[in-house]
Amino acid sequence: MLELSPADWQAIEVTLRLCFYTTLILLIIATPIAWWLSSGQSAARVAVQAIVALPLVLPPTVLGFYMLIVLGPRGVIGGTLESFGLHHLAFTFEGILIASVLYSMPFAVQPLAEAFGNLGRRPVEVASSLGAGLIDRFITVILPLTKGGFVVAATLTFAHTLGEFGVILMLGGSIPGETRVLSVLIYDHAEAMNYESAHRLSLMLLIFAFFTLFVVYSLTRRFKVAKI
Amino acid sequence: MTLAIKARLKRSDFELDVDIELPLNGVTSLFGRSGCGKTTLLRIMAGLEKVRDAEVRFGNQIWQHGRHFVPLHQRQIGIVFQEHSLLPHLSVRGNLLYGYKRTPESLRRLHLGEVTDMLGITGLLDRPTDRLSGGQRQRVSVGRALLASPQLLLLDEPLSALDTQNKREIMPFLSRLTAESGVPIVMVTHSPDEVERLADRVVFMEDGRITSHESLQKTLTRPDSPLFADEGAVCVLEGSVQPGPNDGLTRFGNEHIQFLIQTGLAPQGKPMRLRIHSNDVAIARYPVEEVSVMNQLPVTIEQIVAFRPGRVLVAGKLRDGQTLTAEITEHSCRKLGLENGQHVHALIKSVALLE
Repeated sequence: MLELSPADWQAIEVTLRLCFYTTLILLIIATPIAWWLSSGQSAARVAVQAIVALPLVLPPTVLGFYMLIVLGPRGVIGGTLESFGLHHLAFTFEGILIASVLYSMPFAVQPLAEAFGNLGRRPVEVASSLGAGLIDRFITVILPLTKGGFVVAATLTFAHTLGEFGVILMLGGSIPGETRVLSVLIYDHAEAMNYESAHRLSLMLLIFAFFTLFVVYSLTRRFKVAKI
Repeated sequence: MTLAIKARLKRSDFELDVDIELPLNGVTSLFGRSGCGKTTLLRIMAGLEKVRDAEVRFGNQIWQHGRHFVPLHQRQIGIVFQEHSLLPHLSVRGNLLYGYKRTPESLRRLHLGEVTDMLGITGLLDRPTDRLSGGQRQRVSVGRALLASPQLLLLDEPLSALDTQNKREIMPFLSRLTAESGVPIVMVTHSPDEVERLADRVVFMEDGRITSHESLQKTLTRPDSPLFADEGAVCVLEGSVQPGPNDGLTRFGNEHIQFLIQTGLAPQGKPMRLRIHSNDVAIARYPVEEVSVMNQLPVTIEQIVAFRPGRVLVAGKLRDGQTLTAEITEHSCRKLGLENGQHVHALIKSVALLE
């Protein structure tokens, strides 16, 4: 059952690397966004909330298409990089990493915003009045009181990145060791009528996804944080 | 040294327009109905509400002016909130020491032992915060604020979430705090009782504006004082429990005046307040003998003003300079021929020692 080919192992390595960096980057970016979203009711917040949630409803191909245009050799970002003598980002690991970050953003922002909303502003105001600065407050008050939200955000982001397919196929193609992640490899296997390999990897992902969701939902019950 | 605040704020359902300078000593009470803007004013002082173009100056420190804004954690302000402000992931000790640890050693004026003794929370140190009563929680948050050695203490209706029992329990600690801490205090409240017990001066607010700012003594002689709206006129006298024979009565006052009070044991020498409802004070032209009233003091009439229909409020100066007010009928006032400067006798039917 677990006789994986070197190509399978390579895809697993790329996938895990992508999931790990996406989760790390998103936790850093999503924290201030979620804090800002949960700290008021302005129209600007509603707009940002909608933008963050876009990947939930858009076909991944739409996001992938735009990313290809922006990050590609003639795109705003890809073109600029080229003019500095660097390589554009289409069909690269960095490219699909950026796309993953955008694509999984709602799965990091929403649980955090929910956790911050439940926390309220009082504990932070208390900590400020006792002399704690911004970073100090985050580490000694916000983090310990919303750790459930962080665990859920990290797990969901990781799991959702694992399940990415359309965006990566559009933007990254299927370059072994660079952009060929598990979901893409499964597609390749199935295309090549290599059903046995596709089946192995699919079952692995299925079990992993179930396990992850099981953990997330038991955590959300325990910490009373957002449900997706 | 003063605390000066100038702020204008306009929201769809609320407007605030204040310009005030408060002396930095004793207890200043911000008094008004809920929604009058008193808590917002407090939050502007703290820097929790960043109102554009507001100006906040504390002594010679500029806290807010133009684009200059000192964040709360650099203002050295202690805040006691209405309720549930203990950090739930820390024990009582962890909460108490949170600010203490962040205060530079050279600025620390109080230490854990002194504060826990003063607030009676020494036995609670290792408890989780969810196993405290409401009164205990508020005492811990007062202690926590004090241990950060603040230069200003803000109390935002610290008693409003407590039931009567808990209120009674924490009140003596608060009066001790206001008397002994030496830190200027600004306290938001809508309870006349709290003002009478704790405040030295009152800022009255209504619909986002300051309607008056005066000493407690001054407002207690004003027949239209908002403090009297619900429970009628009262006066507050300061003094302390004096030594006396062991006859079951407590003697309160100072070298010039003395009240006899039937009350439980009260500590001698500590400054305390006595509250008298003006309704319970009668006036006689001459000393009355053979009367059940225990307290009879000579006063000099300073002011006679109309109060409610058919009644007047007579303010008289006691021998020690404090003011006692009596609410009597216009009829009696005429019959006795009362006028300013007259020496009369006040008969006080009941008094309450505020602990």
